[in-house]
Formats: sequence, C-alpha cells, structure tokens
Amino acid sequence: MKLYDVELASRLLLGSARYPSPAILADAVRASGTEVVTVSLRREAGTQRSGQDFWSLIRGLGVRVLPNTAGCHSAKEAVTTAKMARDIFHTAWIKLEVIGDADTLQPDVFGLVEAAAELAADGFEVFPYTTEDLVVADRLLQAGCRVLMPWGAPIGSGRGLNNGFGLRALRAHFPDVPLIVDAGIGRPSHAVQAMELGVDGVLLNTAVALAGDPVAMAGAFARAVEAGRAGFEAQPMEPRDLAVPSTPVAGTAWLA
Amino acid sequence: MHIRVNGVSHDLQVARLAQALEVLGYRQAAVATAVNGVFVPADAREELLLADGDALEILAPMQGG
Repeated sequence: MKLYDVELASRLLLGSARYPSPAILADAVRASGTEVVTVSLRREAGTQRSGQDFWSLIRGLGVRVLPNTAGCHSAKEAVTTAKMARDIFHTAWIKLEVIGDADTLQPDVFGLVEAAAELAADGFEVFPYTTEDLVVADRLLQAGCRVLMPWGAPIGSGRGLNNGFGLRALRAHFPDVPLIVDAGIGRPSHAVQAMELGVDGVLLNTAVALAGDPVAMAGAFARAVEAGRAGFEAQPMEPRDLAVPSTPVAGTAWLA
Repeated sequence: MHIRVNGVSHDLQVARLAQALEVLGYRQAAVATAVNGVFVPADAREELLLADGDALEILAPMQGG
C-alpha cells in the first residue's frame, strides 16, 4: 500500500489511545505489525510531563506517526492544530478531523474541505476523516488530498460498517485513490469485511485498546486485514439466491 | 506580567516566548506553541515578544486515535 509516496507493507494503521498501560500499547503496536501509529496533541497536565514519556515510547517503536486534529470543531482550529503537530512531530502527514456533531463525532465535511485545501496548499499531506459521501470525496481530492479516510461507523462505537453500499460505491468511483476505513471497526470480522470491499487499509484504535487482551487482539486484526485483502485480490464469487450443488450431479447413483 | 498558560494565570517576568518556556520548565521538551490562538513555530520563539494578558497554549505529544 502506498500513501503519499510512502510504501507500507502493513495495511493496518493503529491508534495509540485508551490502552491499559504504555507497555501494553507498545506490545500491541508490535503485535499488530503496523508501520503507522496515530498520535495527538494536548495540554500537558501537571508537572509530570507524561507527554514527553509518551513521545519517547512512540519513537522507540520505530513507526511512522500520523498526528491527528482530534477535538477540533472548526477549520481554523484544525489548521492551527495541524501546524502545531508538524512543529513537534516533524511530518507533513496529518489526519484531519473537523468534528461537526458531538454525539456521533460525525465530520463537518464543509469545514473539512476548507481545512484540507488550506493545509494541502501549505505542503501538508492530508488524511481526511470523512464520510462515504462521493461528492465530498471529490471535493477533498480537488482540495489536494491523495488519500481518503471514510468512516465505517461513529468513532469508538465498534459497530462495523454502517454503509457497506456507500463504501463500495466510493471504491468503484475512485479506483485509484487509497481508501482507509477509519473509525467504527469493533471486531476483526469488520476489518475483513472492509478489506473484502477493496479498501486499501483500516485505521482503528478502540477495538484493540479496549479488548480484554489488547496485544492478542492487535495480532488478530493484523491477520484479519491480511485475510480480507487476500480475499479481495482472489476475487470472491458472486452470491446467489438459490442453492447450486457443489458435488457433481452427473453420475449420481439411483438408490431410491 | 500576567500570561494565561494553558488556561491558568501565571505571573512571568519575561519578555519573549522562549524565555517563558524556559521559566515554565519546557526548555528541553517537545512542545508546540500558540499565542492568542495563533501558531508560533519553534524557530520564532526567540523573537516573539509577549504582552500582558496574552494567552499561551503549550501542547505536547499525547495518545490519539
């Protein structure tokens, strides 16, 4: 998979939040085989400088980071946050989130397109967290995005793919644009479904971090993503309404 | 002068942003800064003059999804 001219062996991108401990986060990242981990920026609370420890841990894992603009509710906030992220993490990559609804964390696609255009013009390589809307996707590409990240379901919901038809349409409409399903994946089977649709990768966080055994779940997702992709490439059969015997009918004995 | 740092008022006897970060203990830290909602890149902190009442945001790497 190639994202902004970077060739990646793994099609799984992993978030770094909500793990039981830093050690489990590190082990989960290793078990997932991911090469891209999402990170964020926040005010450092107190004098413990936990952010510095976190950054040291991530750097030690040898992965590429994808900073996000989580929590931003306007294009202006998101653009400023993206610039601050580039200053710290020294990467042009930005996972652009402009949230439009507090309950569903649904993207504000109007603010998203506005922010994406400004950031792309400023040299950022934008990964927009968007819906499966074709017209919005087209606007994002016009704004300079070269990757699209449609949601599967609301962030942290674990509901899987709410609109498989929409994702399939997006795939068909933009066959050459890398698509990463971001958000809503709850189980390895959801990742398989997404990959079988032909998306290029999945980005998930909570499904691993809140699993009973996050490290084992990270490994399960790694295999799910690989299996789903292999299934897509092998071109699955078309489903039918009626049964067709798989064992040849010709030569059946007359035993009635 | 009074500067709001991450939402908390501080009395800082400094003129420039880089000095404020030093006084606040962020000299070696990986942080990003904004003053009054405007991003200030790391290489501009030495020059940026603070004014009484400024709102300074100091952000650090954090877990994210």
